[in-house]
Amino acid sequence: MARIESEIGIPKGGFLKWIDDRFPLTETMKIHATEYYASKSFNWWYVFGVLATVVLVMQIFTGIFLTMNYKPSAAEAFASVEYIMRDVEWGWLIRYMHSTGASFFFIVIYLHMFRAMMYGSYQKPRELLWIIGMLIFLATFAEAFAGYLLPWGQMSYWGAQVIISLFGAIPVVGETVVEIIRGDYSISDITLNRFFALHVILIPLAMIVLVFVHIVALHHVGSSNPDGVEIKNQKGPDGVPLDGVAFHPYHTTKDLVGIIVFLMIFSAVVFFAPDMGGYFLEHANFEAANTLATPEHIAPVWYFTPFYAILRAVPDKLGGAILMVGAVLVPLFLPWLDRSRVRSIRYRGWIYKLALTLFVISFLTLGWLGTQAAETVYVIMARIFSIIYFGFFLLMPYYTAIDKTKPVPDRVVYHG
Amino acid sequence: MTDDVDQKRRHFLTVATAVTGGVGIAFAMVPFVASLKPSARALALGAPVEVPVGMLEPGEMVRVMWRGRVVYILRRDPDMLSRLGEVTDLLRDPESEDKEQQPIFAVNEHRSIKPEFLVVEGSCTHLGCAPLPQFQVDAADDWFGGFFCPCHGSRFDLSGRVYKGVPAPTNLRVPPYQFIREDIIMIGAESGAA
Amino acid sequence: MVKSTRIAMVLATLFASCNVFSATSNELEPANNDVGDVHSLQRGARNFMNYCSGCHAAKYVRFSSIADGLELTEDHLIENLMFNADKTFETIETSMSANDAERWLGRVPPDMSLMARARTTDYIFNFLKGFYLDPDSPTGVDNRILPGTSMPHALWDLQGFQSAVYVEDEHGVTVFGHFEPVTNGSMSPEEFDSFVRDTVNFLEYISEPVQSKRRLLGFWVLGFLAIFWVFASLLKKQVWKDVT
Repeated sequence: MARIESEIGIPKGGFLKWIDDRFPLTETMKIHATEYYASKSFNWWYVFGVLATVVLVMQIFTGIFLTMNYKPSAAEAFASVEYIMRDVEWGWLIRYMHSTGASFFFIVIYLHMFRAMMYGSYQKPRELLWIIGMLIFLATFAEAFAGYLLPWGQMSYWGAQVIISLFGAIPVVGETVVEIIRGDYSISDITLNRFFALHVILIPLAMIVLVFVHIVALHHVGSSNPDGVEIKNQKGPDGVPLDGVAFHPYHTTKDLVGIIVFLMIFSAVVFFAPDMGGYFLEHANFEAANTLATPEHIAPVWYFTPFYAILRAVPDKLGGAILMVGAVLVPLFLPWLDRSRVRSIRYRGWIYKLALTLFVISFLTLGWLGTQAAETVYVIMARIFSIIYFGFFLLMPYYTAIDKTKPVPDRVVYHG
Repeated sequence: MTDDVDQKRRHFLTVATAVTGGVGIAFAMVPFVASLKPSARALALGAPVEVPVGMLEPGEMVRVMWRGRVVYILRRDPDMLSRLGEVTDLLRDPESEDKEQQPIFAVNEHRSIKPEFLVVEGSCTHLGCAPLPQFQVDAADDWFGGFFCPCHGSRFDLSGRVYKGVPAPTNLRVPPYQFIREDIIMIGAESGAA
Repeated sequence: MVKSTRIAMVLATLFASCNVFSATSNELEPANNDVGDVHSLQRGARNFMNYCSGCHAAKYVRFSSIADGLELTEDHLIENLMFNADKTFETIETSMSANDAERWLGRVPPDMSLMARARTTDYIFNFLKGFYLDPDSPTGVDNRILPGTSMPHALWDLQGFQSAVYVEDEHGVTVFGHFEPVTNGSMSPEEFDSFVRDTVNFLEYISEPVQSKRRLLGFWVLGFLAIFWVFASLLKKQVWKDVT
């Protein structure tokens, strides 16, 4: 029986009892940490969930301090960012942490989602967990988009111009929707102010709630593992899953190592390459927005580029928009597209492995294509890889059904 | 045996990790807390202000802004200076014993560097209203010239010293200043520029 | 490691290297400046204030931030660099009003505070060296890096004037070939190169004055995290010892 006693030996005294009589503190710690069992066989693909939480907390924390000095008006926004970079003590560090954090948020989330795809973490009974995750993903998209307007640089302004005008492609209501988003006849101070409200309050609140709900859903069904084995099916005489280890202290100590490695990579970028060659902080954004002069080469930030490439692959405005949105939303249906009764790639056949490999190649290539100018050969490539991208999902009911899988073991594979 | 060693090692590593983590968090907090300090712009805007006073006529007062506050500079004529000694009994703190209200050089009857020039913050020490200059003498009312605050009736003499029996508790504040030339005062000189 | 993990890692590396490749243009001669060279920065500051600040402001840059990185005292600043300003906390402004600029040059000369980050140092280096004679232009010159620029050849007395020679490439398209000197300036080509290098070095510095401090701090942070990592890894291994 786990008493609440930290490793440094603070005993459960009167104060803790006073709290526990009024609030389920010890009980919560038990259910969700010291007696929450997750597989001992997690590999490093499983660290990205906690890393996403770390990045979220960091973005909120740095964001609060940025908001203390940032001015959300078209006249002052750009100058206020330089004020933070130059005049506010340590402002430069806070700004770089926030801009780097935004990019790392997407790196972490993409890898987190890829893990779910490899190990079938979205399969029953985790479909709702996956859906909530997809909602967080969409919220992160919106948060990044709104946030990117705030520095009011050339790329901020013109990138927003392009994406918002896409909504105009919606038949009948398109132009009205665009006006409602902008609050004005063109992107202006008014747009900036409301995007500030979205970025600082609305979406972060939604994300915090969604992340909480995501963890509740996860703990209700239990974590999956690289073998896709249901550890609750094999319990010991004490009711503890044979392949499970308590979240605390096992996964907490393991995750701490992962977090530190992450912080090392993150710090290396913040302190030595915050621009990342123009991919994390784009060159054009060091010029204040000029409504009369469009930059030569408008590209969205790198994490949007796969979907941007798909958008440009279609010669029709509405068609491209629909396909782009479709590309973002189609992973939502994975739990139902995947007909295999095997969760983990370890026990799937060669067809799925090939399909997933092609998906990764197409996603990365589309991402690269999104950064390039729309030359003919690139457009053709974008079309080919868009087909592969959609093919991965839409053909999945077929190829996962016929894929020859290997027998899934009863117990996880753990090499200690 | 090994269990014991293991437990000790585990305990040591836990403490070591926790302490290192704690130190890390402490260092990480420094930039965030420091960012709350006045920025370079605040320091620049709050920098000392130079005021030429040579052209002031005796008996004339001028107002300048320093750090967002109003400062009165009054060139007292000989008559005003002579009256400073007459009101001592009417004042709460005639010797300027409250150290918070003026730099050391202003602990005297004229509360200034040069007797002629009074440099004082135009903020009533009661609740912050701007006291009005009232230099006309009204002996019947025990008024020998000074400043009158319209908000709650506080009164100060020609050195900004507070009268007894008024809501304001202390003398008007004298800001740090110096004469950088015979006829130029720099207000805030002691606090250092950007 | 699962096969797909290995594949993903290879692809990620390929992807990363592709992007590095596409970032630089092979049209630009590298400036080869060193932001750590304080003397170069000092010369660059002098160059900027004397030759550029007449038209170009650097409105986000305080003189005091130049003092820190260039190892200059307040007096150095006031006597040598501050023409319009009185106090070192002031920013680098230009005396040319926006209205005058529009009338005389057709547009307001852009602010230089962030130009090195917006266009890159190499771009500005080549731009300043890239003016050539063009009798059809109102300023008498054009620029190979930014054709149609409104900027006159501000450094003409140092570089002299050159003309551009165009050639046909293998597709029959007329492209820039090379420059031919027409008149001499007061500096030799090497001296002028040095002058421009110092100037863009200064521009790179002012675009982010804190950069050297940033890198220095980075070493400490990574060092600390390395120590933290050691303890955390040992702790993890110790805790996981009883997992079979």
